[in-house]
Amino acid sequence: MTEYQIYRGMTGGIRLAPRKELSTAFPINRDLIPNQLIIPMKQHPGPPAIPTVTVGERVRNGQMVGQSDSIFSAAIHTARAGVVVALEKRLIPSGTHLIESQCILLDVDTGATEESTERQHPWPDIHTNRLQAIRDAGIVGLGGAAFPTATKLDTKTICDTLIFNGAECEPYISCDDMLMREHSSEILLGVQAMIDLLNPKNCLIAIERDKPQAIEAMQTEITELGNERIKIAAVTIKYPAGGERQLVELLVGKEVPSGRYPIEIGCVCQNVGTAFALGELVSKAKPITSRIVTVTGKGVRNPQNVEVPIGTTIRELIQHCGGYTKGATRLILGGSMMGYAVSSDELPLTKTTNCVIASTDDEVRTSYQESPCIRCGDCAEVCPVRLLPQELLSPSKNFDFQKLDSLSLRDCIQCGCCDVVCPSQIPLTEYFRNARNAQHRHTLHQQLAETAQLRHTNKQERLKLQDEQTEKFRNDLKAQVAENSDSRQEAIEAAIDRAQRQRSLVNHKD
Amino acid sequence: MTFTRRPAPHVTPTPNLQLVMRRVLYALIPGTTVYIWFFGWGLLINIAIAVATALAAETVILRIRGLPINPSITDLSAVVTAILLAFALPPLVPWWLPAFGAGLAIILAKHLYGGLGSNLFNPAMVGYVILLISFPIEMTQWIPPAGSETSNYQLGLRGHLIYTVTGNLTPELNIDSLTQATPLDQVKEGLAEMRALGEIQSSTLFGTYGGHGWEWVNVCIALGGLYLLYRGVIRWHIPVSLIASLISCAIIFNAIDPGRYTSPSFHLFNGATMLGAFFIATDPVTAATTNRGRLIYGAGIGTLTFAIRTWGGYPEGLAFAVLLMNAAVPLLDRYTQPRIYGHN
Repeated sequence: MTEYQIYRGMTGGIRLAPRKELSTAFPINRDLIPNQLIIPMKQHPGPPAIPTVTVGERVRNGQMVGQSDSIFSAAIHTARAGVVVALEKRLIPSGTHLIESQCILLDVDTGATEESTERQHPWPDIHTNRLQAIRDAGIVGLGGAAFPTATKLDTKTICDTLIFNGAECEPYISCDDMLMREHSSEILLGVQAMIDLLNPKNCLIAIERDKPQAIEAMQTEITELGNERIKIAAVTIKYPAGGERQLVELLVGKEVPSGRYPIEIGCVCQNVGTAFALGELVSKAKPITSRIVTVTGKGVRNPQNVEVPIGTTIRELIQHCGGYTKGATRLILGGSMMGYAVSSDELPLTKTTNCVIASTDDEVRTSYQESPCIRCGDCAEVCPVRLLPQELLSPSKNFDFQKLDSLSLRDCIQCGCCDVVCPSQIPLTEYFRNARNAQHRHTLHQQLAETAQLRHTNKQERLKLQDEQTEKFRNDLKAQVAENSDSRQEAIEAAIDRAQRQRSLVNHKD
Repeated sequence: MTFTRRPAPHVTPTPNLQLVMRRVLYALIPGTTVYIWFFGWGLLINIAIAVATALAAETVILRIRGLPINPSITDLSAVVTAILLAFALPPLVPWWLPAFGAGLAIILAKHLYGGLGSNLFNPAMVGYVILLISFPIEMTQWIPPAGSETSNYQLGLRGHLIYTVTGNLTPELNIDSLTQATPLDQVKEGLAEMRALGEIQSSTLFGTYGGHGWEWVNVCIALGGLYLLYRGVIRWHIPVSLIASLISCAIIFNAIDPGRYTSPSFHLFNGATMLGAFFIATDPVTAATTNRGRLIYGAGIGTLTFAIRTWGGYPEGLAFAVLLMNAAVPLLDRYTQPRIYGHN
C-alpha cells in the first residue's frame, strides 16, 4: 500500500473509542422501501421550500415537491412514487435540535417500480448552467450544515485548496467510510465536477488513518482518473479532526478567522457524501432523494449502513434493521459526541441525518452528577478552539454575558471534548449550550426592548409635535379672534354711533 | 416507544475526582516510606491525626452549610490536604498541632472560601503557616535523620505515641537533646553568626547533595511526582518552572559568592522543594490554570522560595511563596489567556 502524508497538526482534541466496527460488517443495505414518507420542506439554513404539490396528487419518484428562490435554500424531491395525503407541520430533526417544519406526507406506492429519472436533471455541457443544475437537484452539504452546495461553489474568491471531508472522526458513524469503500468512482465524479467549477490548485481528500479500505478504494480510483491535483490526506485519529475548521487547520496549517467561512483563506470544504450526490447527478441525472445512514448501537438488532429515502421515519428504519433490542433506552441522532437524544422515533430523516444510534445504558453516559470544578485545566488542554472551559463555567451558570463575550464563548463548536476529560464530570457543553441559548434570547429581548423604546420615544415626539401644533393653532385662532373681536367692537360702536345719530336726527324732526 | 433525553455528549467521562486524588495518594507512598525510615514514626502519627480531624471538620462544616456529605468526603480531597499538611510538620509534635492545623486548613482555608474548587489559598499551606507563626517552638523542633552522627537515639513508635499524646518524653530524655535544627536552619543560623558556608556544611548532617536523609526524601517525593506527570494528574509547567527558577537563582548567587550562598543542589534536595514542586504548587484549585500562567506561577514560587530561604526570616520559604503566588493567580489567569482559534 502506498504511503500517504499524515497530517497531525491540530489544536486540542481527544482520542475516543471509535465503535465503528458495529456497523461496518455488512455492505450498504439498499432494500428499504418505506410505507410512508414525511418530507420536510426545511432541510437547509434558508427559508423553507414551498410545496409544489397538493393533497391527493400522485407524484412520481424523483419529482420535485418543494422549491425555493432563496440561495440559502434548496429544492426538495421525493424518493418514491405515491399519493400526497397531507401537508402539515411536523417536528423534524435539524442541526442540533428538533424544529417544526411544513412537511409533505406521502403514502408510498410500494408496488411501483422505480421509474427512470433520466433527463430530469441532465448535467449541462455549458459551465454556467451547472450551478443551476446543482441547485435544481437539491444538493446541499451532507456533512451536517446543509448549506446549499451551489451557493458554496458560486464564489468569486479564488479557491487554493478544495478539501473533501471523509475524516468522520465521531464515534459510531461509518456512512462516509462505507460510501468511500463502495462508491469511490461516483465520489470521484463529483470531485472532478467541483474541480471543474472551482479550479483549485490542490484537492485533498481527508480520510482518518484508521480507514485503510476507504483510503485504498479512493486511491485506486484517483490513479484511474489520473488527475494529479487530487491527493489523499491521511489525518490523525483524533476527535474532532473532521470539524470543518479543525480540518482546515490540519491540512492547510491556517486558521479560519473567527465568525467567517474557510473561503476567506482560500479553502472550500465539501463532504464526501456531497461529492457522491453530485456524482449521481453528473452520471445519472439524479436529484438527491436518499442518503446513507448509519444505524448502530447495542439497542438495534442488526446495526448496518442503509440507503434511506429522505423522509423515512426512524421507526421504519429501525424496523428495517431488525427492530430494537430489549435494553434500548436512548435514541441519538448523529454521533455520540454531538448527536442529540430524541424521545420518539416518529421523526423523518433529512438530508443531513448521518447516523441513528439506539443505545443501551451501558454504552452511554447515564449519571450526570457533578462535583465542583477544581480548575485542573484538562478541558482547556483538549479544547480545539483554545477556549478556557474552566473560566467559562461560572459565567455560563450565572448568565454573565459580558464575561462570556470577553472569553469568546461564541467560538465554542460544542464538540464536547471538555466533558469527556473533566474529572469533576461537569456537563460543560450543556452549560455552554444553555448560556448561548439564553444569550440569544437575551439579545432578542434586548432588540425587542430597544425597538419598543424607539417606538415609544417616536410616539412621544410625535405627540409633543402634535400638541405644539394644536397649541399653535389654538393661539393663532385666539389671536385671530382677538383681532377680529377688536374690529367687531369698533363695528358695534360705529353702529351704535350711527344709530344714535339717526335717532337724534329723528328726535330733531319731532 | 419513548426514550430518555439527555444532553450531548453521550460519552461517559473517563476520569473522576476520587481517582485523581487516589493517584496523588499513591504518588506519596515512596516519599512517606523514606521519610519514616529517616525520621521515625512521627509522620504516620501526624497523618493519622490530621486525616481524622480533616474528615471530621469536613463532615461538620458540610452539615452546617447544608450540603450533602457525599461525594465531598469520598472524593478524598480532604485526605490529600491533611496528608500534605502532615508532611510539612516536624515529626515530633504534640497531638493538637496537626489537629489544629488540619481543622484550620479545612474550615478556614477551604470552606469559608466556598469549599472545594473555590478556595483562593492552598489549604494545607494556610494551616502550616498559621501553625508556624503561632507555635514557632513546636514547629521548629526537628529530629535528626537516622544514620547521621548526631542521632544517637531513636525514639520508637511507643515513644512517639507517648510524646504525641502526653507531651512528655521518658524521664531520661529531654526534648532538646532529641531535636536538632534542619540543614536549612543550620545554614541560616550559621551565616547569621558570620561563619563560612564551608565550615557550616562540614557536618555529616549535610549529606551528599543537600542534607542527610532530606535528599532521599526529596528524591522519592520527586519519583512520586513523575508518576503524577505520567498519569496526567499534573502537567509539567509548574514543577519545571519552579525547579528551574530555584536552580537559576541558586546558580547565579552561588557563582557570585560561594561562601555565602548555598549550591543549587542544596536548594533542590532540601526542605520542601520537591513536595512543593510536585504536590503543593500543582494543587489545581489554587494554581494558575493557563499554561503560560502556570509557568509564571511556578517561576514565582521558585524565586520567592529562594529569596525567603536566603534573605528572609524563616529557614524555609516555600509555604509563604505558594501563598503569595496564590494571591497572584486571578491576575495571572486574566492576562495569560491563550490566543483563541481564528483570532489575531
